[in-house]
Amino acid sequence: MTHYLDFEKPIAELEGKIEELRRLTSDAGVNIADEVGRLQSKVDKQLRSAYGKLTAWQKVQVARHPERPHFVDYVEALIDEWTPLAGDRLFGEDAALIGGIGRLAGYSCVILGNEKGADTDDRVKRNFGMARPEGYRKAQRLMKLADRFRLPVVALVDTPGAYPGIDAEARGQAEAIARCMEICLAIRVPFVAAVIGEGGSGGAIAIAAANRVLMLEHSIYSVISPEGCASILWRSAEQAKEAAEALRLTAQDLLKLGVIDSIVPEPLGGAHRDRGRTIQAVGEAVARNLRELIGQDGGVLRMRRREKFLEMGRQGL
Amino acid sequence: MNWLTNFIRPKIKALVRKTDVPENLWDKCPSCTKMIFHRDLEANQRVCPHCGHHLRLKAKRRLELLFDDGTFTCIELPKTATDPLRFRDQKKYSDRLKDARDKTGESDAIVVAHGTIGRLPVVIAAFDFDFMGGSMGIAVGEGLVAAAKLATLQQATLIAIPSSGGARMQEGILSLMQLPRTVIAAEQVKEAGLPFIVILADPTTGGVSASFAMLGDIAIAEPGAVIGFAGARVIEETIREKLPAGFQRSEYLLEHGMVDMVVHRHQLRDTVIRTLKLILQPTPTAEIVPLLKPVADGAAASGPAS
Ligand SMILES: [Zn+2]
Repeated sequence: MTHYLDFEKPIAELEGKIEELRRLTSDAGVNIADEVGRLQSKVDKQLRSAYGKLTAWQKVQVARHPERPHFVDYVEALIDEWTPLAGDRLFGEDAALIGGIGRLAGYSCVILGNEKGADTDDRVKRNFGMARPEGYRKAQRLMKLADRFRLPVVALVDTPGAYPGIDAEARGQAEAIARCMEICLAIRVPFVAAVIGEGGSGGAIAIAAANRVLMLEHSIYSVISPEGCASILWRSAEQAKEAAEALRLTAQDLLKLGVIDSIVPEPLGGAHRDRGRTIQAVGEAVARNLRELIGQDGGVLRMRRREKFLEMGRQGL
Repeated sequence: MNWLTNFIRPKIKALVRKTDVPENLWDKCPSCTKMIFHRDLEANQRVCPHCGHHLRLKAKRRLELLFDDGTFTCIELPKTATDPLRFRDQKKYSDRLKDARDKTGESDAIVVAHGTIGRLPVVIAAFDFDFMGGSMGIAVGEGLVAAAKLATLQQATLIAIPSSGGARMQEGILSLMQLPRTVIAAEQVKEAGLPFIVILADPTTGGVSASFAMLGDIAIAEPGAVIGFAGARVIEETIREKLPAGFQRSEYLLEHGMVDMVVHRHQLRDTVIRTLKLILQPTPTAEIVPLLKPVADGAAASGPAS
């Protein structure tokens, strides 16, 4: 059952008609190929027009689409010899932030990523993709491991944010994120990050201070969720749409701001309409960037990474 | 080099030594209490065929299971002071040592060997629990130090396989000093840029857990192994509470962030090989590597049927 977003109503109706026609065909053996073709081209046209000019708020919805491919889907399709590595050696194993070693396009890398979960049970287990300090401390440990063995680091970002909870605060959420970023900026190996869904604030940048930061076309990356921003600045979460626009959280705006380095196009109608092609596109973009970085001197990689972030904010929209 | 000739003097011993165990005996699984035909248990790498419980393995048997073709070269452990405190409890320590040596055929609770795993050079230091509960005294510490030196000399990975109740009380404070000594050994391997892998086997407790055993680049635990610092009974007596089920078992440690993975003994060798290759052979060997995994494994390898 396809999940339609509110702005996809006309598309839902057209696709409903196609479904109905198909059912009729199988029932009565009537040939309705022409009609289906006509409707399908209407769908494509609608998709093209809707997705060609998504508002910031619509992008928020697409980025959070329940059928959007998640970290585990990328690993499944792209990574050979996947070897998950668990634990922070301090307190726990955090299922919201997964890490391990595996091969991307043949290159052995340390791979990190937020995972929101596939179904209700999995979402609870993964705390809806909101990592606790132990997740960030595991990421630190694995990045240090990468640095020791000169393995590139790949991070796939998809989190509403770091977990805002009492336990997380008690164990030093802020310190864990800060330290994680410190290590992102210290390692002497190629580091590529890609925002594949939501890039939720500190929870995202903790694993995304990379040499190259990519974003999927309709993903978002922001200092605060539009709802959170609206409730603070507009004093009402209802104004999330306005906040989304104001925050400039789209890949297109972030590219102009120099916060990200490139955009990976999504298939027509968003990543959820063709998960396989989306995953492959991200895999190819990450691999291309890795190939450019592999072989570069570690000290230079680190210096360029730092310089890149130091440059940020010196250029507006 | 002097050290090598003086200290370890590699000595090729009988590689696959068959122990003389009557073949028609039955063992009892300590977990499910079912009887297992001895030969079946050995053939199954001492994993209970009924419940999957991992029984303890002799150090040499572990080496056979891990090294390529089951072949390896043991090194002679450096000579160390025996019974430095002239310790005696109900029995003289020197007598206990002699008994343990007769019983196990090992000189102390650790066996150090080198060879290849997945064609990569590896040094393994494996504990023998049958030798005084795998306890760590000067000789065991020296074994780990020697293993680390050998690994750096050979540019090899060091794998430590603890199975130990902890420090050897009969050597008093000198056994406690093996904690920092083995930590230094682990650090020397890491500082040489070589991988240090720990395979935590049942049990890994006390001073052994609180030293080199927790410092692996990669920490692998065997299922159901008891791993922890204080003994369960000591904790229960201290806090006057019953401990939760599964406390201090491998799976509990995984959940609490202390180990990377819990791996069935049958998958252990493959896991070690895969992990080592990921770490040590990071770049693709072929010119062109397809980005997406092939749909059917082996489809390309089998070739055309004609
Ligand atoms: Zn059993």
